[in-house]
Amino acid sequence: MSESLPASPERRKLLARLSIGVGCIGAALVGVPVAGFLLGPLFEPVARKWRALGPVDSFQKGETIEVKFADASSVAWAGVTGQTGAWLRREADGQFIAFALNCTHLGCPVRWLQQAELFMCPCHGGVYYKDGAVAAGPPPKPLTRYRVRVNQGQVEILTTPTPIA
Amino acid sequence: MRFFRKVWEWFDARTDASKVIGPILKHPVPPRTGWMYVFGSATLFAFLIQVFTGIALATAYVSSAGQAYESLQWITHQAFLGHLLRGMHYFGASAMVLLVGVHMIRTFLTGSYKFPRELNWVVGVVLLGLTILMGFTGQLLRWDQNGVWSTIVAAEQAGRVPLIGHWLARLLMGGQTVGGATLSRFFAYHVFFIPALIFGMVGLHLVLVLRHGISEKPSASRPVDPKTYRAWYEAMLKREGVPFWPDAAWRDVVFGVLAVACVVFLAWRFGAPELTTPPDPTVVQAYPRPDWYLLWYFAVLAQLPHGTEAYVIVGAPLLAGICLLVLPLIFNRGQRAPSRRPWAVVSIVVIVMGIGVLWFEGERAPWSPDFGVKQLSPEVVNSTNADVLHGAELFHARGCEYCHAVAGNGGHRGPDLTSVADRLTEQQITLRILNGAYNMPSFASSLKPRELTAIVAFLNSRNPAQANNPKE
Repeated sequence: MSESLPASPERRKLLARLSIGVGCIGAALVGVPVAGFLLGPLFEPVARKWRALGPVDSFQKGETIEVKFADASSVAWAGVTGQTGAWLRREADGQFIAFALNCTHLGCPVRWLQQAELFMCPCHGGVYYKDGAVAAGPPPKPLTRYRVRVNQGQVEILTTPTPIA
Repeated sequence: MRFFRKVWEWFDARTDASKVIGPILKHPVPPRTGWMYVFGSATLFAFLIQVFTGIALATAYVSSAGQAYESLQWITHQAFLGHLLRGMHYFGASAMVLLVGVHMIRTFLTGSYKFPRELNWVVGVVLLGLTILMGFTGQLLRWDQNGVWSTIVAAEQAGRVPLIGHWLARLLMGGQTVGGATLSRFFAYHVFFIPALIFGMVGLHLVLVLRHGISEKPSASRPVDPKTYRAWYEAMLKREGVPFWPDAAWRDVVFGVLAVACVVFLAWRFGAPELTTPPDPTVVQAYPRPDWYLLWYFAVLAQLPHGTEAYVIVGAPLLAGICLLVLPLIFNRGQRAPSRRPWAVVSIVVIVMGIGVLWFEGERAPWSPDFGVKQLSPEVVNSTNADVLHGAELFHARGCEYCHAVAGNGGHRGPDLTSVADRLTEQQITLRILNGAYNMPSFASSLKPRELTAIVAFLNSRNPAQANNPKE
């Protein structure tokens, strides 16, 4: 019987290589789909949707207020986390500007101080002027802006991914 | 009793369990190691608390972004023993971080990382990193507002990594924003990925401890020489070694159980940290900050000179990790005794004091504007002049007080202005307000001339030195 024949060193080497090779194929068969699934977020197209914020006349000139809208790619079980906020400013000339809530330093939520006309960050003390320009503190660049448009009397904002510096 | 002995003998005859475990338990260890060698096993005890309380918590925690907060509230306030269990998990984590740190300092000071135990140290450094990751991911699982914003802060930091930063940030959030996919990911990291790595690394750590034996008490007369150390160590064990169980193990058990008792007591007495408000990313009244063991790093990020963040956020942890990993490869021989290694002692003192100071600063967070300040009281303003009174109102309303304190009221981001008129003239004050400074916004476009006059009048009246000595 062939099993009882002494295996030559060459045959042993071949069998060892065969086993390692087949094992690698097995690992890849399982590993590639798993790794692919885990890296899934990288392959999703960037979701952008226009979200209505309200009629133009509901926003007063010269005021900055927080608006809330649904994320573009929210899932059913996201609950309140499917919401995003932005600072919407209506300039004296009627134009709209929207800023991300996130400080450009490390992403903490900036607050609008109406009377001081400044945005301030509670984490490391970043400060921005009303136009989003850096006024003081560690932020490396101005507040990120959203695109805003007026469509059939409604102010609309274009959702974007969380701004990462 | 006889029945149980029979069962054990039957089991042992088929598994050889006593032949496997016996030599491990009774392996000889150096004598007189004392109480300095208990911190590693105590860390393991703390880890076991985390495993058991974590498994129990996982039976009730819902890892859904929309419901995790409610499920944790239920665990904390309604579930039988839920409050205690969450407390144990929290203080267990604190104990683990603390004990890992103490264990590491002891290993460093006694030079136990030197030949042949270099790899034990390297594996220990990896375990330190994994422990910190567990702490951080665990904090996020509270999934309150602090958790949500901490995730965003983490993603921002990951985003600073060159080339692949944006990918890392997106993987951390599980998508383009913090939302439904984020929490399930962190849950999986916290309960499957990282614990699996920890189990593997702890196993390797213990195998290496058995393979090389625990280090003997350092002696200045016996520097480590890789050529002769092993033979010397074996001979020493033969000559004066004592069985690990129970001669050395009793201290591990007593100290470890003491640590466990402390955790249970603290959990019973103080419970778990209360959750903040629900995880609504649109609520900006948030103040995200890490748990105490990373608070010092929060301070580091605030104190950096502007523009250096990108390098420090990525570079500093990388550099620290590399230094720790290569330490035993570079200094693997020579003196182990702390009395002959002054630089080792000094570096530990400097690191511990540095972290201590940063920790204190992180707790105070003087760089954060104080949004909660109240308007200055009439006693503090202490004037009847209309401009000064109006200026004091504006000082609060225009946000000056968020960053500047007067007589102890106000933030600490900017200089204290209690006696500003003693060091600045009226003109200098005016210019500073209009132009701003390195860390101060310019108010030129937002203040009306009358308002500016009022604020300057108020600040110009802040001269207690003159008020107390009117003749000067």
